[in-house]
Amino acid sequence: MNLNELTVIEAIRGLKERKFSTLELVKDCLERIKKLDSKIKAFVTVCEKEALEEVRGIGDDVPSGIRPLLGIPFAIKDNFCTEGIKTTASSKVLENYFPVYDATVVKRLKSAGAVIIGKTNMDAWAHGSSTETSDFFTTKNPWDFTRLPGGSSGGSAAAIAADMAVGAIGSETAGSIRQPAAWCGVVGLKPTYGRVSRYGVIAMASSTDSPGSLTKSVEDAALILNILAGKDESDATTSSKPVLDYLRGIRGSRGIRGIRIGVPKEYFVKGIKEEVKTKTLEAIEVFKNLGAKIREISLLEPKYSVAVYTILQRSEVSSNLARYDGIRYGNERSYFGDEAKKRIVMGTYTLSAGYYDQYYLKAQKVRTLICQDFEEAFKKVDLIIGPTSPSTALPIGASKDSVMFGELQDILVEPSALAGLPAINLCSGFSKEILPTGVQIIGPHFSEELILKVGYAYEQTTEWHKRKPKL
Amino acid sequence: MRIKQILIGLEIHIELKTKSKMFCGCSAESFGKEPNTLTCPVCLGLPGALPVPNKKAIEWAILLGLALNCQIPEESKFDRKNYFYPDLPKGYQISQYDKPFAICGWLKIKDKNENIKKIGIRRVHLEEDTAKSIHTMVNGEKVTLLDFDKSGIPLIEIVTEPDFNSVDEVLEFCKKIRQIVRYLEISDADLEKGQMRLEPTVNLLLEEEGREFFTPLVEIKNINSFRFLKRALEYEIERQFQEFSRSRVQKTSGNKTTRGFDENKMTTFEQRHKEEAEEYRYFPEPDIPPFRISEKLMSNVKCQMSNVELPEAKEKRFLEKYDLNDSQVEILTEEKELANYFEECVGCGKDEGANPQEIANVIVNKRIDFKDLSPTEFVRKIGESKSKFTLTESEIASLVDGTIKENPQVVDAIKKGKTQAIGFLTGQVQEKAKGAADPRKVQSILREKLDLSEKTKGAADFNKT
Repeated sequence: MNLNELTVIEAIRGLKERKFSTLELVKDCLERIKKLDSKIKAFVTVCEKEALEEVRGIGDDVPSGIRPLLGIPFAIKDNFCTEGIKTTASSKVLENYFPVYDATVVKRLKSAGAVIIGKTNMDAWAHGSSTETSDFFTTKNPWDFTRLPGGSSGGSAAAIAADMAVGAIGSETAGSIRQPAAWCGVVGLKPTYGRVSRYGVIAMASSTDSPGSLTKSVEDAALILNILAGKDESDATTSSKPVLDYLRGIRGSRGIRGIRIGVPKEYFVKGIKEEVKTKTLEAIEVFKNLGAKIREISLLEPKYSVAVYTILQRSEVSSNLARYDGIRYGNERSYFGDEAKKRIVMGTYTLSAGYYDQYYLKAQKVRTLICQDFEEAFKKVDLIIGPTSPSTALPIGASKDSVMFGELQDILVEPSALAGLPAINLCSGFSKEILPTGVQIIGPHFSEELILKVGYAYEQTTEWHKRKPKL
Repeated sequence: MRIKQILIGLEIHIELKTKSKMFCGCSAESFGKEPNTLTCPVCLGLPGALPVPNKKAIEWAILLGLALNCQIPEESKFDRKNYFYPDLPKGYQISQYDKPFAICGWLKIKDKNENIKKIGIRRVHLEEDTAKSIHTMVNGEKVTLLDFDKSGIPLIEIVTEPDFNSVDEVLEFCKKIRQIVRYLEISDADLEKGQMRLEPTVNLLLEEEGREFFTPLVEIKNINSFRFLKRALEYEIERQFQEFSRSRVQKTSGNKTTRGFDENKMTTFEQRHKEEAEEYRYFPEPDIPPFRISEKLMSNVKCQMSNVELPEAKEKRFLEKYDLNDSQVEILTEEKELANYFEECVGCGKDEGANPQEIANVIVNKRIDFKDLSPTEFVRKIGESKSKFTLTESEIASLVDGTIKENPQVVDAIKKGKTQAIGFLTGQVQEKAKGAADPRKVQSILREKLDLSEKTKGAADFNKT
């Protein structure tokens, strides 16, 4: 087995037991990247020099105490600022931008000892669900190079699926972690809005942006959340709720017997690929067998979320992208790609005098209703389960002719994203074409521990997550 | 046609003197600092940076709101004001739109008939300052340099109702605001340093043959002294009158314009047309959760408030407690530091035999330079000066007589109009008196004897010549 195939937990164990060195671990990842990334194109920047330098500094030390991730190679989505390492958000506007500071997520990973091996491709500014709006190139799905990895965290999902990194960081505004995780067959954890700091993440829609992880196992997701979660004095929207030991939480769990899981019937309507539906039902069956109480529930029609999200996201984007005027850094505004331009124009319109009430304000009101809808549901059930994406990975080019491609792909993740809820994607199996299908588990605010516990129980009983693409 | 009424409203911006900036930890003491040395990702608007509100600045905004008799709504929030300008690094300014920290206040001033008038205060809100643009030449090329030290300094905006009906009212109000923020110690409000900025909006109600017309609203910017404020308003009032006489254009909902003030020409000039009407696309700042002003915060601010005696209260107390006149009190309370100094002097004056009226007199008339004196030293000096002049008026009068007799040419010159020469005679008298004559008394007796009291100015002015 190559070391790059290890999970974070396995790699830590191996390093602690001195079965291999940090250098060997990092080198295996870098070699994997060298071998495969010309085809997959998951990385915008590979930090070989910086990573090896880092490894030299680590020497013979192994993970422990305050440095639980010492020497673990991480791929970071390219919208996280990394000091001295080019950070582009996959946009030509920032094609030569070197941040002067680390995002809080990066800072926490680094102080836990993680080694950054590269920055991953994404939809430019995170606008999309395919990586096709990247101003540089499209990432390929490791399960089928003619297909999309999903997005916007497509590079991070592909890097994990293809074992080019041991752990990866992504960010989700509405689906950008869960959907690529589903299409690439990996675990994607989107924490509660405010659980993980947004400081240093190039803002997309500030009121929903949530940094999270893409990993090979639920255990990895729990460990990484231990490190990332918590109040950040630099992000006023982070919560000061205490951070639990999520890893200990899931390991110490005595099963999921009696946990009530709701199945929203609105998440299984037309447009969903049959195989996705079947696999979701099979996953539900697994939970039932584990002792969970499954019941059908009803939620607001997801299409309302698409409308609300589209307006709010465009509005915030039009303002968040205003700073890229090329005066202090980066290229000037003509370097924006078409998708960004479209969103800026639409968001400028929805915020304009006379339209604000009609669009932005109304959308905020409906958003409140969506939040209340979930609150009501969580009075009856502990968690909600459903398909993550309506389909499996679509062919390259699929996003090009569809203006609302992202929104349609993300229809099943947008409601919970708007409500700021935590959720996880788990691989629920494979289609006939051997493409992964994804199931998502959504919980109330700050219920990450429960979500991870249920995900862990699923992983213990299924083998899907162990399957690797033939590369 | 005549001007029936002048209508003026004010927007006043005041930089708070908090230690750190509004949304980051950078120092807010930017004046005189090397450009771009007080910056960080937040106030430079770098990708990914987020604002964290300065609690002190919020407390001070509420404090000022209370001082201006405002209501403090329970809920408040920040909003983004979106516009492009090189000095605005994020492409938006974090400000407050529909939920400011303080609303519906008032401040009393005196109108031209000395009647008390309440000026309505619409709102007091908090925002961040922009960077500073410096238009200059570098290597023979015209360039604009940007200094971000000022970017993100907390800025208070006070918006009044259009309640002013004369230029003097505006001036009095502005001076009162400056005095209040200085008393609260939340800003030095130095106009020349840009710590206080005044933007009046002016129009006129005109009357002609029983019909009334309103002239279009004009907002005036770039005023950085009270003198310029006065001049700009006077100019603008006259200009609007003339303009209307010529064009007959009345106020509509969309024809407000912005004019700048030209310090060299002392005139206003048009800056922005209605075609470029303001469109700021305000929306709630998603990076800062809305506020619920807690009882704890309110009681904290009210406690701070109770420790401050505002100018009006101090004036009243001085009048009653020290038996001083209005103009003395006005001078003594203009600045809190002077008022405190006065009261400290009164405190130690008891031992030195100096009463409050004497102390006030000496301070107001600047008879002793007290800048470098402690209150104790100051009061001691008053005591000394009193005891030093031991000669009675008749003793001085005889010395004066002698001096006049000895200097016939000088007396002659004075009588021909060379009044400055009185100084010489005073000196001669003092020499004879060996310093034991009160110079004021010497002067007044000299004048009397020379028959000059009508022709020359007061004794105090004489001293200066």
